[in-house]
Amino acid sequence: MKILRKPGFWLPIMLVLLLGLWPVMTDNAANREVVNSILVSVALASSLNILLGYTGYVSFGHIVFFGFGAYTGFYLMSEQGWPIYAAMIMAGLVPAVLAYLLGSAILRLRGAYFALATIGINEAARAFVKNFDPLGGSVGMQLNFQIYNDYGGAAQALWLTYYLLLGVTIVILIVSYLVRFSKFGLGLMAIRENEDAAEVMGVVAPSAKTRAYVISAFFPGIVGLLFFFKNATILPGDAFRLHLSIETIVMVMLGGAGTVLGPVLGGAGYQRLRGTLLVTPLFRNVQLVVAGVLLLTIILFIPAGVVGWLRYHVRGLRRVLE
Amino acid sequence: MKKLLWKLFIVLALTSIIITACAQTPTQTEAPAEEPIEEPMEEGEQAEEMEEAEVPAGEDMTATTLTLGYTASLTGRLNVSSGRQDNGLQLYIQDLQDAGGFEVGNEVVTFEPLFYDDESTNERVQELYTRLATEDNADFLISPYSSGLTGAAAVIAEQYGKVMITTGAASDSTYKLGYTGVYQAYTPASRYLAGAVDHLKALDPDLTQVAFVHENDQFSTDVVTAAKDYAESLGYEVVLFEGYDSETTDFGPFINKIEAAAPQALLGGGHFQDGSTFARQLYEKGVDLAYVALLVAPPEPDFAELGEAAFGIVGPSQWEPLAEFTPESAAEAGLEWFGPTGDEFVERYVAAYDEEPSYHSAGGYVAGLILQKAIMDAGSYDPEAVKDALDAMDILTFYGRIKFDTSAESHGLQIGHSMIYIQWQRPSGELEKEVVWPPEGATAETIYPLP
Amino acid sequence: MFDILIPSLVDGLLLGFVYGIAAMGLSLIWGVMNVINLAHGPIIALGMFGIYLAFTILGLNPYLALVLVAFAGLVLGILIYYVAVNRVIDAPHLSSLLATFSVNMIIIGIGTAIFTVSPYNVDFTLGAVDIGPIRLLWTRVAAALAAVIVTGLLYLFLFRTRTGKNIRAVANNRTAAELMGIPSSRVLALSFGIGTMLAAIAGGLIATFFPFTILAGGGYELRSFVIVVLGGLGNPLGALVGGLILGSLEGIIPVFMQTSWVPVIEFVLFVFIILVRPSGLLGSRV
Repeated sequence: MKILRKPGFWLPIMLVLLLGLWPVMTDNAANREVVNSILVSVALASSLNILLGYTGYVSFGHIVFFGFGAYTGFYLMSEQGWPIYAAMIMAGLVPAVLAYLLGSAILRLRGAYFALATIGINEAARAFVKNFDPLGGSVGMQLNFQIYNDYGGAAQALWLTYYLLLGVTIVILIVSYLVRFSKFGLGLMAIRENEDAAEVMGVVAPSAKTRAYVISAFFPGIVGLLFFFKNATILPGDAFRLHLSIETIVMVMLGGAGTVLGPVLGGAGYQRLRGTLLVTPLFRNVQLVVAGVLLLTIILFIPAGVVGWLRYHVRGLRRVLE
Repeated sequence: MKKLLWKLFIVLALTSIIITACAQTPTQTEAPAEEPIEEPMEEGEQAEEMEEAEVPAGEDMTATTLTLGYTASLTGRLNVSSGRQDNGLQLYIQDLQDAGGFEVGNEVVTFEPLFYDDESTNERVQELYTRLATEDNADFLISPYSSGLTGAAAVIAEQYGKVMITTGAASDSTYKLGYTGVYQAYTPASRYLAGAVDHLKALDPDLTQVAFVHENDQFSTDVVTAAKDYAESLGYEVVLFEGYDSETTDFGPFINKIEAAAPQALLGGGHFQDGSTFARQLYEKGVDLAYVALLVAPPEPDFAELGEAAFGIVGPSQWEPLAEFTPESAAEAGLEWFGPTGDEFVERYVAAYDEEPSYHSAGGYVAGLILQKAIMDAGSYDPEAVKDALDAMDILTFYGRIKFDTSAESHGLQIGHSMIYIQWQRPSGELEKEVVWPPEGATAETIYPLP
Repeated sequence: MFDILIPSLVDGLLLGFVYGIAAMGLSLIWGVMNVINLAHGPIIALGMFGIYLAFTILGLNPYLALVLVAFAGLVLGILIYYVAVNRVIDAPHLSSLLATFSVNMIIIGIGTAIFTVSPYNVDFTLGAVDIGPIRLLWTRVAAALAAVIVTGLLYLFLFRTRTGKNIRAVANNRTAAELMGIPSSRVLALSFGIGTMLAAIAGGLIATFFPFTILAGGGYELRSFVIVVLGGLGNPLGALVGGLILGSLEGIIPVFMQTSWVPVIEFVLFVFIILVRPSGLLGSRV
């Protein structure tokens, strides 16, 4: 249990846990909704970070796994009557298998070609689901409201999805930490710095990349299922929204790519900014401008993100923030 | 030791940053008056807190203001119809406030709107309705415009036990998901084009081939699937049945297919923007059709801006300014009359907005009216009592008859109201809407076949 | 069969020219500086609104207004280059992708504040002509013609002028070009400007026949990606050919199946080409 003494491990987890317990303590649905959307962002950003931050592959297709997982789980629950726990497992596994199959093909591509291919996959997936009638086609699927009764009514079901989401987010953070400080993670980071050199040094790049891709694809599907189970309706446009992929990248960059804490701060910060500006008529349109300027500033001047910057400039923090 | 202090400090600092970041917006407990329109309602956190809102007015009557929460698509592709619906609802609320409210027990109740712009997107509807139901704690909800958005909003209403009157949302499917507190003001989608098929049969019994080209969304899909079955049951041959994406701006491929399939009649469309574009491109391409009926777009007055492309297009409408429902017709039918007459509504609407109301405007107005009637009947604004009153409702308004399905499988579906069909004609040179179906309400002969 | 195939194909090809110009801008920027411009879509949308404003407020003929829009596009592009791209030109791909994406967000944000996300329409028509079973709209023909002219001018510029040759030299080998005394950052800025100019022109042409919103550029940006890959990343003439291929696909596919399958086929093809032949079907550089 030496790991528990490492602040880099428990700091992000404690932060998420404290945040997550706040609505429970206040027993307030409004607070829960606020934290819920933050958790979705943190979970997506942290899982993307395993590919983007550690391995250095820019994927615009992270949301494909969110969408496919959600559709898989949603279908199993609404058409096959599966309980949510079993559906969650499938919602993670199916995208992971998909990532394995896709990964062996597209991870050969480097840099911009990989990025373009992931955009293509996202668009192809959305267009396909729109035409695929078993999954509802372009009108999507709706849950019958009675399904909530299996979980003690709508109010209980919403709390349940919240707890599950909190749990999944924490698991992602643990996995993220473990990957980062494993030999496997060091291999990934070597690939990020220089793939050819890494191979010379004995990193089996194709298999390491595929594993990273699979790990990062497992979680968004579960998050997607919880997200759409809560909304009780799923549409292709919402499940495969390219923009959400890009926003996720922004969150990772904001907090600091390649760190465990970065995506937590980035996801929470971006989501709060968005949530606040969303309902303020004056700022609603400026929201995108503010986010854009913020992002540009970070890219141009602090490419390492908030956590990276702190680590670099504040000596004492280097051991604390990972 | 020093290191430990450092760590502690950082944890505390970060935690407090996050907590303050989160604590800023939810205004429930500390700062209640941040929202533009909201008022004394949201004091406590628990759901039932009406008493606090009461302000003494006179000796034994107390004034109560109930918040109606909704979103409107002020921008985005649904802006035209949704804007009209919002106008109608706002006018109703204004009328109620001008009249001083209505009495429930020893309280005088008025409504107040609390709404956001949903930009015609599903995602925002769900976020905003969640906010309306939790943070803003609106007392009753009105739906956004369009079946797709309403489907997304209805779930949220149901999850938080809020009663929602839906308007501008015709899809049947929304009411077949086991909801108990969602009530529909519109004639359901499955009956939108059935009348057009009857109309066609009456116009030209020899016509046999029809085409359906529709928007790929919940509403239009519900409409055309029902209409297709009905048309086939009457012996029509459906030579083309295809959907287009909501964002479509190029109808070229569909028009080429229509020309190749050569039907005599075309039915379909979706909402205002795509429907108008479709009509314009059909005209530009000079497609030879004897009869064209499109959803939603034709009954909007703005449709006339298409000029010659609008001429002869038929559209199903929930209500038209010339439709005649009066207190007398209510008495004849043995129904209770409620609300203003059609003339009064049109007059006030024109005075307020300087334009003719469309059926979307009437739908917005009547949604408020239905809710008011239900609260009056219930003698309370407790959601359960209001639901019972809505279940029992059977009234006639300027907009037509209102009665809801109370069966378990399609609870809340509108079963009292029916459609009429309009066509753009030139009775005196200018483009004008004429009611052409059903025959008993018709104001003009149908122009058939199209030139 | 042919009575539908031919009109569909003609429709598709005419559109293909316009798609081609949009893609050409993206391809040029990629070819010269290895940057994927994610602000491409919003600039196409700005081109649409440029025509809209010139037509409805100034009352200008759309084709005349196109010159103004082109110039504005050029200036905007140079500005974007210096503000957002110059600093990250040598950084990893992620930086330039995100820098241009943040420009995308800023343009969309400002555009939404001004125009909202509601649809607009340039109410302009040139009539039509019937040739056998085909009805040709003159606006489409004019757009295709404009596309051809713009391509011709671009080629004259790239191959016949000194600046154009500088651009090609920088595209070929930036370090070598710098050693030869070519001011590379100015050349890069100009190339970026020409790339966005092409996007704005494409948007302007589209605005003469389809309604649009501030978000409408997104669809054309995605098409541009597909076209660029079809025609070879960094090959502007290839982009025009790619545009024609995509246009005819969009014309032909609906004849055989539901039109909604078009994007599925387009994007599967796109991914497939990237995997099998990343240099594109007609891959060669400027």
